[in-house]
Amino acid sequence: MNLKFIDEYRDASLAKEYVNAISRAATRSWNIMEICGGQTHSIVKYGIDELLKNQVNLIHGPGCPVCVTPVSVIDSAIDLALNKNVILCSFGDMLRVPGTSTDLLKSKAEGADVRVVYSPLDAVKVAQDNREREVVFLAVGFETTAPANAMAAMNAAQLGLTNFSLLVSQVLVPPAIDAILSSPENRVQGFLAPGHVCTVMGMAGYEPLVTKYRVPIVVTGFEPLDILQGLLMCVLQLESGNFALENQYTRSVRAEGNLHAQKLLGEVFEVFHKNWRGIGTIPESGLRLARKYEKFDAEKKFNLRDETSLENPQCMSGLILQGVRKPSQCPSFGVSCNPENPMGAPMVSSEGACSAYYRYRRSVES
Amino acid sequence: MTEFLNCPIPFHTGFSAQEKIVMAHGGGGRTMQKLIQELFAKEFTNEFLSNEHDSAQLPMPSGRIAFTTDSYVVNPLFFPGGDIGRLAVFGTVNDLAMSGARPQYLSAGFILEEGFSIESLIKVVRSMKIAADLSGVKIVTGDTKVVEKGKGDGVYINTAGVGVIEHSLKIEPSSVCVGDRVLISGDLGRHGIAIMAARSGLQFETTIRSDCAPLSPMVLALVEAGVQIHCLRDLTRGGLVSALNEISQKARVEIKIRESAVSVLAEVRGTCEMLGLDVLSVANEGRLVAFVPESDVERALQVMKRFEVGEQSCEIGAVESGGRSRVLIEGLIGVTRVLDMPSGEQLPRIC
Repeated sequence: MNLKFIDEYRDASLAKEYVNAISRAATRSWNIMEICGGQTHSIVKYGIDELLKNQVNLIHGPGCPVCVTPVSVIDSAIDLALNKNVILCSFGDMLRVPGTSTDLLKSKAEGADVRVVYSPLDAVKVAQDNREREVVFLAVGFETTAPANAMAAMNAAQLGLTNFSLLVSQVLVPPAIDAILSSPENRVQGFLAPGHVCTVMGMAGYEPLVTKYRVPIVVTGFEPLDILQGLLMCVLQLESGNFALENQYTRSVRAEGNLHAQKLLGEVFEVFHKNWRGIGTIPESGLRLARKYEKFDAEKKFNLRDETSLENPQCMSGLILQGVRKPSQCPSFGVSCNPENPMGAPMVSSEGACSAYYRYRRSVES
Repeated sequence: MTEFLNCPIPFHTGFSAQEKIVMAHGGGGRTMQKLIQELFAKEFTNEFLSNEHDSAQLPMPSGRIAFTTDSYVVNPLFFPGGDIGRLAVFGTVNDLAMSGARPQYLSAGFILEEGFSIESLIKVVRSMKIAADLSGVKIVTGDTKVVEKGKGDGVYINTAGVGVIEHSLKIEPSSVCVGDRVLISGDLGRHGIAIMAARSGLQFETTIRSDCAPLSPMVLALVEAGVQIHCLRDLTRGGLVSALNEISQKARVEIKIRESAVSVLAEVRGTCEMLGLDVLSVANEGRLVAFVPESDVERALQVMKRFEVGEQSCEIGAVESGGRSRVLIEGLIGVTRVLDMPSGEQLPRIC
């Protein structure tokens, strides 16, 4: 698979020019949150926060799909996987996420039929090939994964499959930004909004937030130069006292988004009050299968109700996901919590802030 | 490299095209004898194997020998650029080469799954024979066991190898010293990505082929050229990141490399970007890292570049200081970070 335009967005001399421009523009240090875990990963990997430590305090946001999936969903997935009649299909990075007492990878070692797929449509194919067994796809993620999950439900309906269902934990970005900004602990003064989510959903969902909270939001990409340009746009607004919705990621994001994908979401899903791992319930922040598709809802099909799920009390992932603490401020970080034995989901996912800090930041200074 | 996988397999006398492995192929009786005689002995034929004894009797060279073993359980068995047989020979040959040894003899142990197609087994065995010839080793002893259907993955192979050390260098992590330069023999990540692309379920189009190849001719040429090699490591599971971390820990040194110096095929990079994998942790089967003194860098690179497997050899960094074990990488936009050992299996990300 040949991807073009990678090097162009990792150019060291252009990066330096952006750092200089931000340094010239900033008269003080601004608190800016990047929403998406992919952006967090780039920032920590390329050391953008280090380059700008006097101009921008980068606060890592909740945009890590693995991290915000409730423990009860992981526990349900594990219970389903241990059922001999069930094949549980999942994206790879859900497998190490800790549930209350175990994870999917360990359950697989105990005999659970857990299969890593790269697309929900592959799970539909598994269901077609295994008609005598129930196939459940663990459908987690933000607005980016939702269209493919919707497509899987639609496909299954068209094929008349009765052995396929989705264990859904889909979340939405704008309500999460609203929750962060309305919190009394909020320190965030500007946002880098997630470029890929906006590629699907467009920019309209962010306009009311800009107006309500008088905060600049810049829709931003994921490469180092994207992030640096997004930060410069945000700092320039903050310095001039402006607050507007801007688009840095013009090569991917159109204001209206992907209308076809949005139509698909409207057809298959409905919005509801959703629980986020480590954060709690946020109004109208989740998607669940609409009535027309409820026969593909694993929660209803298997009557899943998990009241006993527990977070590790030493894990402060909630505070980290809300940007109140940084991973390095957690007493367990790198001591009792590491990627081999993660206490919370942000240490597992490649998009989790704790994992990014563990991988790239540990002991460079020491 | 010779293209041997695509040529049609002319059928062995005595085996029909549809024939499958049965428990009796490991049972010690006539069926097993036939498999050994008609396939293994015929393909691997040499003066040591033909004595048909419980052990091969080999001449003992004077000086040091290198001895190693490895087991091969790859899925799928056949993939672009190679197959399990080729891996089983080159993998062990390369482990011997990492001591600067001249690979001489291999053993081959087969664990076959009941129901495995004999046609596929013949392909694997022929592939091993060609790989052994390319590497200058003889397969001198072997073993066959059969496990019940469902208890294996078609075929598992174990090979052990013996090589002769004809030099007086101590090529091992403890010889690495401050000031040494770090060289790699080419672009990274091809094998891991070729395997991942060939695995069922991952349907993206790619033309990436495994880099699986013998490294011993290049290493022997380095030794013959008088390059003072301090350490060599082939970049298999865990890729460059694991190799550098292991050497750094054993030698108690700090190694620093430059990300911009490492070359990666555009297609390999694109696939890693898509799946969220770190190409520096992806497996290779025909690449090595070499630690040599600064004064020998130019000569080493000249020698390495003479070989197809080393055409793109380059220097990527140096051993900066002693006393503490750590690997650092200067990233593309100039910020230095820790290059930590990968944790567990690399799992593709969600989005």
